[in-house]
Amino acid sequence: MGAVVGTLTMQTKQRRPSRDKTDDELEMTMVCHRPEGLDQLEAQTNFSKQELQILYRGFKNECPSGVVNEETFKHIYAQFFPHGGKVHHFLIRSSVMLLENKRTYVFLCVADASMYAHYLFNAFDTTNNGSIKFKDFVMGLSILLRGTLREKLEWTFHLYDINRDGYINREEMTEIVRAIYDMMGKYTYPALKGDVPQQHVDAFFQKMDKNKDGVVTLEEFVIACQEDETMMRSMQLFENVM
Amino acid sequence: MAAGVATWLPFARAAAVGWLPLAKKTMPKPPVDNTSRSDEILYVNVSGVRFQTWKNTLDRYPDTLLGSSEKEFFYNEDTQEYFFDRDPEMFRHILNFYRTGKLHYPRHECIQAFDEELAFYGIVPEIIGDCCMEEYRDRKKENQERLAEDTEANEASDAPLPPHSTSRERLWRAFENPHTSTMALVFYYVTGFFIAVSVIANVVETVPCRPPKGSVKDLPCGEKYQLAFFCMDTACVLIFTFEYLMRLFAAPSRCKFMRSVMSVIDVVAIMPYYIGLVMPENEDVSGAFVTLRVFRVFRIFKFSRHSQGLRILGYTLKSCASELGFLLFSLTMAIIIFATVMFYAEKGTKGSTFTSIPASFWYTIVTMTTLGLVKLDSVLQKHWSQVYHQNFIRLKVRLARIRMAKKGTTNAFLQYKEDRDRDSDSTALCVKNRSAFEHQHHHLLHCLEKTTNHEFTDEMNYSELCMTESVGFRTSRSTSLSSQQGAQNNSTGCCPRRARRRAAMRLANSTVSVSRGSVQELDTLHIKTTSIPPQTRSSLNAQADDLKLNCGEQDFTAAIISIPTPPANTPDESLPPSPAPIPGILRNTRATAYTHDTVKISSL
Repeated sequence: MGAVVGTLTMQTKQRRPSRDKTDDELEMTMVCHRPEGLDQLEAQTNFSKQELQILYRGFKNECPSGVVNEETFKHIYAQFFPHGGKVHHFLIRSSVMLLENKRTYVFLCVADASMYAHYLFNAFDTTNNGSIKFKDFVMGLSILLRGTLREKLEWTFHLYDINRDGYINREEMTEIVRAIYDMMGKYTYPALKGDVPQQHVDAFFQKMDKNKDGVVTLEEFVIACQEDETMMRSMQLFENVM
Repeated sequence: MAAGVATWLPFARAAAVGWLPLAKKTMPKPPVDNTSRSDEILYVNVSGVRFQTWKNTLDRYPDTLLGSSEKEFFYNEDTQEYFFDRDPEMFRHILNFYRTGKLHYPRHECIQAFDEELAFYGIVPEIIGDCCMEEYRDRKKENQERLAEDTEANEASDAPLPPHSTSRERLWRAFENPHTSTMALVFYYVTGFFIAVSVIANVVETVPCRPPKGSVKDLPCGEKYQLAFFCMDTACVLIFTFEYLMRLFAAPSRCKFMRSVMSVIDVVAIMPYYIGLVMPENEDVSGAFVTLRVFRVFRIFKFSRHSQGLRILGYTLKSCASELGFLLFSLTMAIIIFATVMFYAEKGTKGSTFTSIPASFWYTIVTMTTLGLVKLDSVLQKHWSQVYHQNFIRLKVRLARIRMAKKGTTNAFLQYKEDRDRDSDSTALCVKNRSAFEHQHHHLLHCLEKTTNHEFTDEMNYSELCMTESVGFRTSRSTSLSSQQGAQNNSTGCCPRRARRRAAMRLANSTVSVSRGSVQELDTLHIKTTSIPPQTRSSLNAQADDLKLNCGEQDFTAAIISIPTPPANTPDESLPPSPAPIPGILRNTRATAYTHDTVKISSL
């Protein structure tokens, strides 16, 4: 009985990848995006021509069509975190049920970098069309790596402000913090309690929300960050990444 | 690691800026990066064929020869290039792997040569892309089987007899390799002859002969010349019995010999005769005896000792047993369906021969075989094997690959942390052994740890810590309140999702049929843990009990090595894809991808 159900679920899950594949193919034939000229990009970003070349080579290799969609983005980002993305989780479980004679479960860890990757994707996708072109990618990187402090803080603010209304409220912050904690995975030391993210959010609002109106505006955010010495120092950390 | 991971590391590190405002602690210092930033072209000379590629391309896979510092061993100062004395054709494929991220298996190449090249360049075959993976695995399996057969044949071949072998060993050799001595050859041919005689006699005795004088009816020869056939049969059976007993005596391992297929065939071939001797001349029983004589036809299989071809046929059948099984199953399904349809269609009709469904089986079978529906089945089977490969083999492979990749990154990082904690003074030594990529990657993970103020561990340490914390919890009840609180916090953190766990246990007990013993153990453990007296702080009472339950169970489950469970039923599938609370069995991540021997239950 379980095998039958497993087969059925297998089939439904199998259909999705094939649809994605056809979607991707369509995308590739219809949308083959070429970035603006090297000179223009150099003018608009803080990267040198050589750096842009290196970046583009990597980008093009990963996404020959010239755009990154959210799934690929999540997949790429998940590679960096030990316990990986959760997207394989159920597919593997149902398939392995049918594979194994001993019929044991296989369970991959439930860490999940995909939520944070989702917010990151939205932050990069300034045109909000569900895909990141090379220009968006490079502009984002330029701010993060070579931008002024103010620019970086603004970028971070926009990352946290999920609905782009100019305010960060508690719910948005909780989402972000949960996403970050999800990346840690289950196996942490000390082990994660259910409301550690909430405590973290409370601490954050304590620090950032000056007028205690329950939301953080851009100005409050920038001022609070500039007051924080350790954070200012940390901002310099990633400058030599490229 | 997946394609291009090293390329995207700068992006991932840049994205870490988003964590900074949330960081509870200061970030660690970034790794000192002395390597030049500009990309350079490397020259790789493989047996005279010159390849050029960006350094970054090779750096994408830092755990291979070309991606790590190992290639420096092959650097030629004079010509400023890396020289490898290997096959340039194969190297092309290897280099394409770096460029595109997919490793393809060239179909025209020998599988062993390809494997050797992969081993040399430090590339794991599991990375072969889905497009070529089936082919690779099929060829590899084929090759291994052939090698196994070859070694078997070599062992069994005409090697000179070891000196001082007992007569028993010599006899066994004579039986297995008739070519070794003349006697053995004679015996071999004699038995072959008698097998043929026996089979022919079986056939001939049913042929109708001319009736004897004074009778009209045609008699089968077997009854006319009953004595002659009986003598012939006796002679054959005597020879076969003698042969079997000799083999049994000579066999190095009698139990193994008795279990082997050939010996079973031998026994089946001669039993009917002896049973016939013992059987009384009873009307009722002789019917059964006649049926037994059918087994005499199995003597023909004794020829497989004499014929290599028959043995190969046997192996072929064995190797595609699963596909044959499926073929039979699908045939049976079709037969049942059509027979049922025919029966009910013809039910009302008078004088219908389809008196019952089994009666319609015959009709269906004949029709199907006549019309060549078996051919349809073979087509079905071919596609089935394709689909089987696609769905199951690929998924299995992908699963293995994912697990390997995760294992790689997890273990690398945790190893780095261990080393760092162990000798914080002499980090210089450890530093040298790691590539720049690893440094930066670990720095990134370190930043995440600092942001959340928690550290990465693996499940082993996690379960250990959980157990030690719960133990510490029990023993620290007499200490000060703050430390109690601290310990409690730790142990609350130990097993956070207690409500879900309870639901999970209920689910586990209802849907998963755990063996009786372990269910009992669960129950007893439950009782045991709840009997622990509650904490002084009343508000934490309920929590404490539940926690104890959970930690106790974790204690218990960590000790289980393997429990066979049936596949999950529908309740599992209907759960939303959030961290599933159903206890599952986590395969030991330390083992290699393909060993499924050790499994561990990890409750979530």
